[in-house]
Amino acid sequence: MDLYEFQARDLFASHGVPVPPAVVAETPEQARAAAAEIGAPVMVKAQVKTGGRGKAGGVKMAATPLDAASMAEDILGMDIKGHTVRRVLISPASDIAEEYYVSFLLDRASRTFLAMASAEGGMEIEQLAAEKPEALARIPVGPATGVDRETARAIVTAAGFPATVAEAAAEAIMKLWETFVSEDALLVEVNPLVRDANDRIVALDGKVSLDDNARFRHQDHAALAVTDCADPLEARAREKGLNYVKLDGQVGVIGNGAGLVMSTLDVVAYAGERHDGLRPANFLDIGGGASAEVMANGLDIILSDPDVRSVLVNVFGGITSCDAVADGIVQAFRLLESRRDPVNRPVVVRLDGNNAEQGRAILDQADLPGVRQVHSMDGAAEAATELAAAGA
Amino acid sequence: MAIFLTEHSKVIVQGMTGAEGMKHTAKMCAAGTAVVGGVNPRKAGQKVDVGGTPVPVFGTVAEAMEATGADVSVVFVPPAFTKDAVVEAIDAGIGMCVVITEGVPVHDAATIWAHATAKGDVTRVIGPNCPGVISPGKSNAGIIPADITGPGRIGLVSKSGTLTYQMMYELRDIGFSTSVGIGGDPVIGTTHIDVLRAFQDDPETDVIVMIGEIGGDAEERAAAYIREHVTKPVIGYVAGFTAPEGRTMGHAGAIVSGSSGTAQAKQKALEAAGVRVGRTPSEAAALVRQVVQRP
Repeated sequence: MDLYEFQARDLFASHGVPVPPAVVAETPEQARAAAAEIGAPVMVKAQVKTGGRGKAGGVKMAATPLDAASMAEDILGMDIKGHTVRRVLISPASDIAEEYYVSFLLDRASRTFLAMASAEGGMEIEQLAAEKPEALARIPVGPATGVDRETARAIVTAAGFPATVAEAAAEAIMKLWETFVSEDALLVEVNPLVRDANDRIVALDGKVSLDDNARFRHQDHAALAVTDCADPLEARAREKGLNYVKLDGQVGVIGNGAGLVMSTLDVVAYAGERHDGLRPANFLDIGGGASAEVMANGLDIILSDPDVRSVLVNVFGGITSCDAVADGIVQAFRLLESRRDPVNRPVVVRLDGNNAEQGRAILDQADLPGVRQVHSMDGAAEAATELAAAGA
Repeated sequence: MAIFLTEHSKVIVQGMTGAEGMKHTAKMCAAGTAVVGGVNPRKAGQKVDVGGTPVPVFGTVAEAMEATGADVSVVFVPPAFTKDAVVEAIDAGIGMCVVITEGVPVHDAATIWAHATAKGDVTRVIGPNCPGVISPGKSNAGIIPADITGPGRIGLVSKSGTLTYQMMYELRDIGFSTSVGIGGDPVIGTTHIDVLRAFQDDPETDVIVMIGEIGGDAEERAAAYIREHVTKPVIGYVAGFTAPEGRTMGHAGAIVSGSSGTAQAKQKALEAAGVRVGRTPSEAAALVRQVVQRP
């Protein structure tokens, strides 16, 4: 889960990383009041989980509280790379002497963590890494050893921070590592870490990504999972506990197992090359269980997508037996009928593996409206795509 | 001979007495696996009936190894306790620890890996979040269904459980020496490369199927390894060509970040190393058949 800047700031503050004062505003009036409280001039910063907001006009300096209100008015509701701005962060327009970069992240290849730091902050890290790789220090950090003062100083030295701020930066880096570990983060990034006119070190902007798998030991993380999901269908799916990602195609996909579902999306896209360029409409992994309720909720969400013209259910019974999946499909159809929201688009089902014969027989017998069985993955994808093309 | 797991392997199950543990221990036993014990400190000394066979429960991995000579552990304990369970198995010096548990935090997985390394890599860790290892007809450590196919001369390594099953099913008439599900999490123990090396050295494996998916660069590194060290034919398949950037597709590690981790890049790297890559599982299976049927 990626956090907003204001959430990252709060998390940093709670671990002693120096951050500027800041107030979140959801309306121009709140922005005005915040600016008055903090003292103008202030920065008005769009809160979106994507980069490049400055270029998009989402960051502005306001000379007075009234200016802050009118800038908030402009920025709130703005669309930045598909993300609607619902909040702005008001913070003092600091006087920045220098900008640096610091982050901790997972290094998948070496199965350990990595500190990255540079005396040249402010620009996007990808750009820095591409244009000036020599200016970006990369220091491996083992989970057992961590970052003590000595390691923090080594990071500061490797990055080439000036001596005047070396101790303060090392202190901030230790606190940042503490944030990374104790919050189960996959990424903590400060960009820029600034030296102000008084040689103080401040984390001016931050990015944090938390490990959803560690939710069980962070009761407070659930509250950070704000709300404004980019897509309403994804929000609904999340409420139902479904592993659903909305895509922009026309063939709905349900399957079991992440790898098989990804593979199904690909096979649908290949079939689509022969049928008007149709594409998969979503990723939905119903996992091992595939109960009637999960199947019903899954079908319900997929059919709520007005772009969907057909649905492909692709299940390989490994642990799950196909007769249970077939029962789930039959009950899902009845459940949706009883909700007065019957399945109204063709559904192609492919069942293979454990108890496939029994599963297929159950579906044959149920004779559900619009359901067609195809006994291979490629054939089923072809049929679903063809039906979607015909239903245009 | 198979790799990692043979008819001589003696298997213990950590978390055997839980619901998932019981269900899959019974399946492992039914597949002919020598399950010699379970581990649960609260039920130590008891015997648990697994599909008609009484299996002893030990308090620790070390005790179970001492009493039974176990050399493989399969872990079903919940995510909150997985790190401690695996660290215990590593400390006991077991030869292989197969971690089925899904939802293990990345910091825990990194700690497990660092611990295994610090202890001299005595323990081969597989997973977490993997379906396990099966050498059909010999032994089954994990949750891969034993009835999909029988013994043969294909070796398979995969990040995905269901794609492992799908591929074994596609090639069920040929059979497999060993299938290894390494898991799709960002930090895993045994990698594609480790498994490729073992298959290259296994006289009972003639052809290797490697299944990858989006995220990270494990497939690219495997491709570089294949180019240098693998002389047996390798057929590849990569899932996730249609995955959008920046979205996690089911597996915690399956994410395209910027321009890295794409299926296209992985396919390209594999093909540059001489690996023939199928566009779909069935196409990959057809490529395997061409190799197998060549005189």
